[in-house]
Amino acid sequence: MMQAAMTQPGEGRPEAPARLLRVWRGDKAAGGLTDYTVGVLGGEVVLDVLHRLQATQANDLAIRWNCKAGKCGSCSAEINGRPKLLCMTRLSSLPEGPITITPLRTFPVIRDLVTDVKVNYDWALHVPSFAPREVGKPSEYRMTQADIGRSQEFRKCIECWLCQDVCHVIRDHEQNKSAYAGPRYFIRHAELDMHPLDTGDRRAVLRERQGLGLCNVTKCCTEVCPAGIKITDNAIIPMKERSADQRYDPLGRGRRSWRHREGRPPGQES
Amino acid sequence: MTVPGAQRAGIRSPGRASIGARTLRTDRWWAYPAVTFAVLLAFVAYATYAAIVNRDYYAAPYISPFYSPCLSLHCGAVPGSHGAPHLGWFGTWGIVTPAVIILIVPLGFRLTCYYYRKAYYRSWWLSPPACAVPEPHRRYTGETRFPLLGQNLHRYFFYAALVFNVILTWDAVVAFDFGGHIGVGVGSVVLVINAVLLWLYSLSCHACRHAVGGRINHFSKHPIRYRAWTFVSRLNPYHGNFAWLSLVWVALTDLYVRLAASGVIHDPRVF
Repeated sequence: MMQAAMTQPGEGRPEAPARLLRVWRGDKAAGGLTDYTVGVLGGEVVLDVLHRLQATQANDLAIRWNCKAGKCGSCSAEINGRPKLLCMTRLSSLPEGPITITPLRTFPVIRDLVTDVKVNYDWALHVPSFAPREVGKPSEYRMTQADIGRSQEFRKCIECWLCQDVCHVIRDHEQNKSAYAGPRYFIRHAELDMHPLDTGDRRAVLRERQGLGLCNVTKCCTEVCPAGIKITDNAIIPMKERSADQRYDPLGRGRRSWRHREGRPPGQES
Repeated sequence: MTVPGAQRAGIRSPGRASIGARTLRTDRWWAYPAVTFAVLLAFVAYATYAAIVNRDYYAAPYISPFYSPCLSLHCGAVPGSHGAPHLGWFGTWGIVTPAVIILIVPLGFRLTCYYYRKAYYRSWWLSPPACAVPEPHRRYTGETRFPLLGQNLHRYFFYAALVFNVILTWDAVVAFDFGGHIGVGVGSVVLVINAVLLWLYSLSCHACRHAVGGRINHFSKHPIRYRAWTFVSRLNPYHGNFAWLSLVWVALTDLYVRLAASGVIHDPRVF
């Protein structure tokens, strides 16, 4: 019994195939890919194999992880060059051959597979908070599903930073990190801007201070999002269109001003 | 394989994991930009030829979508255009053919389209060529400066494209009129498919989705616009598919009319 408890899955089992892992080891100063051969079992995800590697061959391997269920967003890394969650990537979904695992390449590395994602939390401080209008007593207002459906999609974000990692605006241009909030915060703005009670005008903030115009809608954020949020189609493009309403559409703006002119019953496009 | 931390830009910026390879992707990430580049190049080449050649665009009752509406005074006066309906608003000068005059609208609509932006930024400008594959440019200002600031005019091109859709739909209706008798030729079907694909492409557009209801926050106060937005939202995920289908089909439609007008093929009548 004791022996069984101490045996690592896949270890010493002839039927367990071995996979070659190429894991980035190092820190800010230097680092590189190190090869390990690790036994694997059917149905495992990459994080399972990394844990086995950590337990058997590389006890000092640094990995950030938590829920193992794709809900906490901790175990973001790049597998065969693609940003993914370690806990949600099945080995069976990867092609034969070595599996290359590196830290996120957009953020400073701390050690091994762990990166410093502080810049993202810094941007969070620059998103104006929800500013609801007065609706009487809280019990008097009824929110319908039609009104909240769009914002709910954006609440699925687990802040894994894969969208920020893959976005070439900051991945390939370090200097843009101070001018570009990134896809995660564009969906946060969209979530609030589309809320029927929010009074804040987030279009100018996004356009002038948070780099919405830097996004060229190449949809990589949508491709990597593990929560399946249609970031580009449902958040970034609608916010670009709302920004155009305000800044680049004089005819539409004139028409809406006329419709909402003084003396006309309050109405609509709220 | 240890790579010392290099003092370089992009993915090799100081502090980031030092990795020699530009990308570690092992899949065929280059396939999408390569195919996109080739298809767009083929279309641009064909459309340029078709627009400048200024002949063989009308084979009664079919008119090429590249030459409709025909605004020139000279419509119908060149080979392969006899009997072409026209408005006669402009002359024709050199390469400014009836097609060149009107193509600015569909061209502008597609150039500023959110889907095509992804397609040509990736394939023509390599910005980026694929996800997690570095772009070759050292500076990047996105769509914040002229001329790319003009992408914000997409909605105006969308409105103008709707007018063209109505005209091309009328052309498809007229394509069943064979000298006063209703009939169906292969060309009639080709023009109908062309009109349907153009409508699907236009109605699934992001600017359309915004205009019909996307700019509203309080959907429950606007049930009709909410239904319109819901309808467009169902089409919107297929916008890219409609973009390719309509692009290829509009070129094939022109080709069909061109071949029929020049006498290379005879339009078979279904009845």
